[in-house]
Amino acid sequence: MTPRRKRMFAVAAILAGVGAAALLARLAFEENLLFFFSPTQILAGEAPADRKFRVGGLVSPGSLQRAPGSLEVRFVVTDNQHSIPVRYAGLLPDLFSEGKGVVAHGRLDGQGGFIAEEVLAKHDENYMPPEVAESLKARDQPGGAG
Amino acid sequence: MIPELGHFALVLALLLALAQALLGLGGAARSHAGWMQAGRMAVAGQFLFVLLAFLALAQAFVASDFSVAYVAGNSNSQLPLFYRISAVWGGHEGSLLLWALCLAGWSLAVAIFSGSLEETFRSRVLGVLGLVSIGFLLFMLTTSNPFERLMPAAADGRDLNPLLQDVALALHPPLLYLGYVGFAVAFAFACAALLAGRLDAAWAKWTRPWTLAAWLCLTLGITLGSWWAYYELGWGGWWFWDPVENASLMPWLAGTALIHSLAVTEKRGLFLSWTLLLAVTAFSLSLLGTFLVRSGVLVSVHAFATDPARGLFILGFLTTVIGGALTLYAWRAPRMKSAAGFELTSRESFLLFNNALLVVALALILLGTLYPLFLDALELGKISVGPPYFEVVFLVPMLPLLLLVGIGMHAGWKRGQLATAGRRLLWLAAVALAAAIVLVAAIWGGIRPLATLGLALGLWVMASALLVPLDRLRARARLPAALVGMSLAHFGLGLTTFGITGVESFRIERDIALAPGESAELAGYEFRLVGLRSGVRGPNYVATEAEVAVSSAGRPVATLRPQKRVYHSGGNPMTEAGIDAGVARDLFAALGEDLGGNRWSLRLQYKPLIRGIWLGALLMALGGAIAAFDRRYRRAATVAPR
Repeated sequence: MTPRRKRMFAVAAILAGVGAAALLARLAFEENLLFFFSPTQILAGEAPADRKFRVGGLVSPGSLQRAPGSLEVRFVVTDNQHSIPVRYAGLLPDLFSEGKGVVAHGRLDGQGGFIAEEVLAKHDENYMPPEVAESLKARDQPGGAG
Repeated sequence: MIPELGHFALVLALLLALAQALLGLGGAARSHAGWMQAGRMAVAGQFLFVLLAFLALAQAFVASDFSVAYVAGNSNSQLPLFYRISAVWGGHEGSLLLWALCLAGWSLAVAIFSGSLEETFRSRVLGVLGLVSIGFLLFMLTTSNPFERLMPAAADGRDLNPLLQDVALALHPPLLYLGYVGFAVAFAFACAALLAGRLDAAWAKWTRPWTLAAWLCLTLGITLGSWWAYYELGWGGWWFWDPVENASLMPWLAGTALIHSLAVTEKRGLFLSWTLLLAVTAFSLSLLGTFLVRSGVLVSVHAFATDPARGLFILGFLTTVIGGALTLYAWRAPRMKSAAGFELTSRESFLLFNNALLVVALALILLGTLYPLFLDALELGKISVGPPYFEVVFLVPMLPLLLLVGIGMHAGWKRGQLATAGRRLLWLAAVALAAAIVLVAAIWGGIRPLATLGLALGLWVMASALLVPLDRLRARARLPAALVGMSLAHFGLGLTTFGITGVESFRIERDIALAPGESAELAGYEFRLVGLRSGVRGPNYVATEAEVAVSSAGRPVATLRPQKRVYHSGGNPMTEAGIDAGVARDLFAALGEDLGGNRWSLRLQYKPLIRGIWLGALLMALGGAIAAFDRRYRRAATVAPR
């Protein structure tokens, strides 16, 4: 091969590689972006009915219910303005407690509730998950006293 | 008094770093032997004073001096001594001090162990390291002083986060930082070469052992972190694609690409400017990782904007380092042309593919990590990029990479003679594939294409790696350390692949409610909850402990003792998993909570081959260590630089 053809070949290979990588990223992105909604947004109908997403807020104090001896739990997630009941079967994370921030991953059940597949409390004891803190702040600010 | 001395030592260290940078770079520019020598003395001085500052902080922790704000925030009078020492780097300020200490240590090592380097070149390397050091010490002194006093002193400390009270995690940050900062040495070598305006095979020979050393520290650090997450976070995952983890994986990928590209530069004098760019990239990503983890930008882009001092400093530092290095690169790199050619089946080609695939994986992970931050900063909504994204964009480049690794190890330099090795490799690949199919069918039943492919690739890389030294031995040829290290590291890569595929394809997890005496079945094992004991005392916690007896076909296999710990310093209870580790599989039990009605929730897991992940990573690091001590790097002294 002449140096010129070699160079053309190299450029073509790089373009093909970058193209393939971009395509891959796009496909993976479309499937796997996780959107976050607050209870207020969900009640306003902003959340998708047929896709999984994350809901976050505070665990409403006194809302945690469990049938004795069963893994099924129910609790209410609130952003201090609206709230949504959540059902979950499984172990709750160490940092889960009433009055604290929580993020649940799952989907709507079509009857105004949320079925969680995963409950996250990835924050430490001192701060809330960032999405939760902000959605709470957003609710509190406009009306002054939230 | 001692904390003030520590603070003062940091100020002195900053001044010495300044002297190191000025004397090093200035002395090299003017070829002034006296300045260059003084610059080397400044390196030793800087290390001494950073070490003194570090010891002063450690002393405050050991003595539980809660008048120091950082100690009060990260320690507690009941904390065992070992964790009081590891708490020195348990928070932000102390981590930075450790960073600075690692950097000063690497600089000193370069000053001592590089007598073979040309005087002006070494002086430039130390000067650039001095510049990096100035940035970090200034950052610490202006925004994150670990010695700040608390008025009035706290009666007791807030305690080290219980999650961090663990041996693996005590060692994880030092290794990680040694890795991060070690890339500063490769970076400084690259900058020195650019400043000098020339670069040759000898340069690569000098840079390689340092890069290998940094890379192996980073490998160990990441491995420890993953192992810790597995048994301490309580849920049995070993990698979460969390931004904090990605922050350490990205420099590792860049560093892996760099050590391979350095091989080509050393052996064939090729890929010169690419190697330089990778050296700059690896260190830039280390800084980016530090920025992501330390600025609070991950907690919230807006929290970062409201308390900007720290974040802005690192961002400015990052911009200066990357911008400066890239400017230097753009100015000088075009001079560095390499003319030699190579053929498609030569080892150069395979290493080129290796680099291309690693960089693609790296770029896509970077995209997934930063994209949510950009979107959030631009107020375009809140999203997170889920683990499936990272799994896809990592897996797709890694599959061809693993396939090519097995071939590339046997390709010759310049013109590949794959025809001779080719037939054997084909056989090897066929055997690996057959073994994987049999393994999947025999042990787990059924046909699982992706799992079979993963296991086959793991076996293929391991077998192909073993073939390298075996061939040498059979031909009674010399077996240099670099070759042994290379073979071992690739064997480790295969083992890690094998482990990842095994655990990700065949793990079984189950959340279940059990009363004492009841049992559950999982993967052919019977897990019986024997009973619970409360009030099990540790040094600074009280735990409730479950006893879970595991048996297989009526024969006892293991007894797991998962705990729920409550630390005296307060806070939520912490889960401590009970694990029975084995070569073929781990059995894992985590204790949930009291469900009422005498039942407790438990998470039971069966994790086949998971040990392979960490064992393989350890072999990679060991391979790196053996290669770094190859005799030819020590003989470099006799290679007179032009």
